[in-house]
Amino acid sequence: MTAVAARQDTYNDKVVRQFTVMTVVWGIVGMTLGVLLAAQLAWPVLNFDVPWLTYSRLRPLHTSAVIFAFGGSALFATSYYIVQRTCHVRLFSDKLAAFTFWGWQAVVVCCVITYPLGITQSKEYAEPEWWIDILITLVWVAYAVVFFGTIALRKVKHIYVANWFFAAYVITIAVLHIVNNLALPVAFDKSYVVYSGTVDAMVQWWYGHNAVGFFLTAAFLGMMYYFIPKQAGRPVYSYRLSVIHFWALISIYMWAGPHHLQYTALPDWAQSLGMVFSLILLAPSWGGMINGMMTLSGAWHKLRTDPILKFMIVSLSFYGMSTFEGPMMSIRTVNALSHYTDWTIGHVHSGALGWVAMITIGCVYALWPKLVGLKEMYSTRLIDVHFWIMTIGIVLYTVAMWISGLTQGLMWRAVNDDGTLTYAFVEALKASYPYYYVRALGGLMVVAGMWLMAWNMLKTWQQSRQWNEQPVLAVPATH
Amino acid sequence: MSSAMNWLVILLAIVNIVGAVWLLIVTAKKAPEDADATATTGHAWDGDLVEYNKPLPRWWLWLFIGTVIFSIIYLVLYPGFGRYAGVLGWNQNTDHAAAVQAAEEKARGIMAQFDGQPLPTLARDLKAQSIGRNVFANNCATCHGSDARGNPGFPNLADNDWIWGGQPEQILSSIIDGRTAVMPPLGAALGDKGVTEVVAYVRSLSGLSHDRRAAEAGSARFATLCVACHGADGKGNQALGAPNLTDDIWLYSAEAASIAEAINYGRNGQMPAHGPIIGEQRARLVAAYVLHLSQGAESVGGQQ
Repeated sequence: MTAVAARQDTYNDKVVRQFTVMTVVWGIVGMTLGVLLAAQLAWPVLNFDVPWLTYSRLRPLHTSAVIFAFGGSALFATSYYIVQRTCHVRLFSDKLAAFTFWGWQAVVVCCVITYPLGITQSKEYAEPEWWIDILITLVWVAYAVVFFGTIALRKVKHIYVANWFFAAYVITIAVLHIVNNLALPVAFDKSYVVYSGTVDAMVQWWYGHNAVGFFLTAAFLGMMYYFIPKQAGRPVYSYRLSVIHFWALISIYMWAGPHHLQYTALPDWAQSLGMVFSLILLAPSWGGMINGMMTLSGAWHKLRTDPILKFMIVSLSFYGMSTFEGPMMSIRTVNALSHYTDWTIGHVHSGALGWVAMITIGCVYALWPKLVGLKEMYSTRLIDVHFWIMTIGIVLYTVAMWISGLTQGLMWRAVNDDGTLTYAFVEALKASYPYYYVRALGGLMVVAGMWLMAWNMLKTWQQSRQWNEQPVLAVPATH
Repeated sequence: MSSAMNWLVILLAIVNIVGAVWLLIVTAKKAPEDADATATTGHAWDGDLVEYNKPLPRWWLWLFIGTVIFSIIYLVLYPGFGRYAGVLGWNQNTDHAAAVQAAEEKARGIMAQFDGQPLPTLARDLKAQSIGRNVFANNCATCHGSDARGNPGFPNLADNDWIWGGQPEQILSSIIDGRTAVMPPLGAALGDKGVTEVVAYVRSLSGLSHDRRAAEAGSARFATLCVACHGADGKGNQALGAPNLTDDIWLYSAEAASIAEAINYGRNGQMPAHGPIIGEQRARLVAAYVLHLSQGAESVGGQQ
């Protein structure tokens, strides 16, 4: 009886630390795969003529590992941490929370096994076969019950802004996942998606772009909205800005998918809507950046001494840059140049590494000492080193892909007076080679940083050798 | 698009844009906290987590409005509101067709100067060669390689060895109408032992290492099953696209396993017809380029 009572007096941080550890583990796995793939593009011999190690099979494993295993674990960890702190209550259900942890890890392991065997739906970012999709759905429903159950039990009337973003992400990802993966299973390792042709492409990119919008943007903004004001020790800049940018962001993102299908069989009207809504999305996206950055006003001096804040601020800078670049690339005429080139890869990675990974890493550095009952990480200096190698690595990566992408786009479209293309495909590929080496180097630096992080976290844990049970904070009487 | 779908698309787009602008106007209004720079919304979470309620940055507000105005203008000019075609009447198909037409018109004059010239003459013409090389790089290099030296299953075009004939009009015909090779599967007719023996004989024709007794037995089998196409001396028949087996030039591979595969399962090499893709003018230039590559500009129209 007393044990139960005591449990209700503390936050459930067990599931938070489990997901936090796996964030780093999957981060290392997923990013190492990325470096291998980058190296395969530079040195094709690294495919080793082994089917399981070929680029085509490992590439989806890389994207799933970094988005859903690394990013997903980070979102589970931080959303569970934040929703408890900002609702002043323990998670709705410990058992369901534990199910989401083990279920999600099982999903990832299934992907790791099936993709290299060539068992896949061949839908980008939705490769898992039907039975893994069912497991994902079950885990996600459990996640929704835990998250919204906790919101329902909250002791404060107002729902904190971070939770708005997490709520939108939990609901939307469920809808996206189910609709995009509707399929007819014909065997354990084979199913047929119910859509065909252009409709399939449109559903796929409606899913694909909203995975970016809700998984990689909205949810990570939720992370940002808790950890930046906490780390800076400053109030969030503007509640009004939160309101307008939240509603505008989640409603307008829904339309942006068709910009992935400019100049295709998709009808012109759908392409146009995809483009204009992507442009309108610029301001709502920047709303989050402004709110995060301006939260630091009055605390800028902390950037000199706190590398965790540096991670967070630079992540917002990359976020602002990617969310400017994205709308520009959705414009028909720009897209005609950028589409299918390495520019897209550069854009994705400035978002995925610059924004998603950097805000995650910053938040994990802020979170980890609290989970082990310490004030700070084992080495602040190592965090600073991590910050610099990662930043330089991302800049090398992104700039290399910009140059390579522009080169490809310009070479592909060059036409001779006789009506032939000026360059054969292989010539543009040859021109891209130097940048492929630079990209591999940039990726290697990012992975090196992740190892530093793992080491730093291990040493931090060794300093305390215990998991901290934090009591639920009482709500002040005035609220 | 059905009428209902048409109006649904228009309605949803307008409701979303108008809704966002309405919320923008509402939130841009002055709030009671504006007077006091340090006032928060009064809510607190997790101890010290509080919010200011600062006014929306003006430049951001105008950025938002600006993108909305641009978008409305764009949707008036271009197709976007359902079936409404837009003031400019633009669509990607006519846009593409116009670009193709412009390029064709530009190229027409350049191409016309080569009309009626015999291929051997074109093969010596540097300007024709350079256009032929461009056409080759765009259309042929994928299979035959950018240096035209071929790949397994795709013949080397730079070596003056021909499967379907090296005369100018034969090359042109290969390009315009394509070629389909038919090496029938003979595994069932020959049996495993028979295949091994024929492989030995075929390798012996090119002077490659082989089992002499097997080759002797293979010779008899070759005389019954293979001569119809490859000829009694194994030198092939260009009219049928049956390769010369005595010259140690291999379309697939000289390996015994590869030859056995060809005999067992047959080969069906496909050269797609490029006439419909590139047209006769460009086909003639690329034929001249191939002629130039294989024979050298000096000996064009020679032996074969």
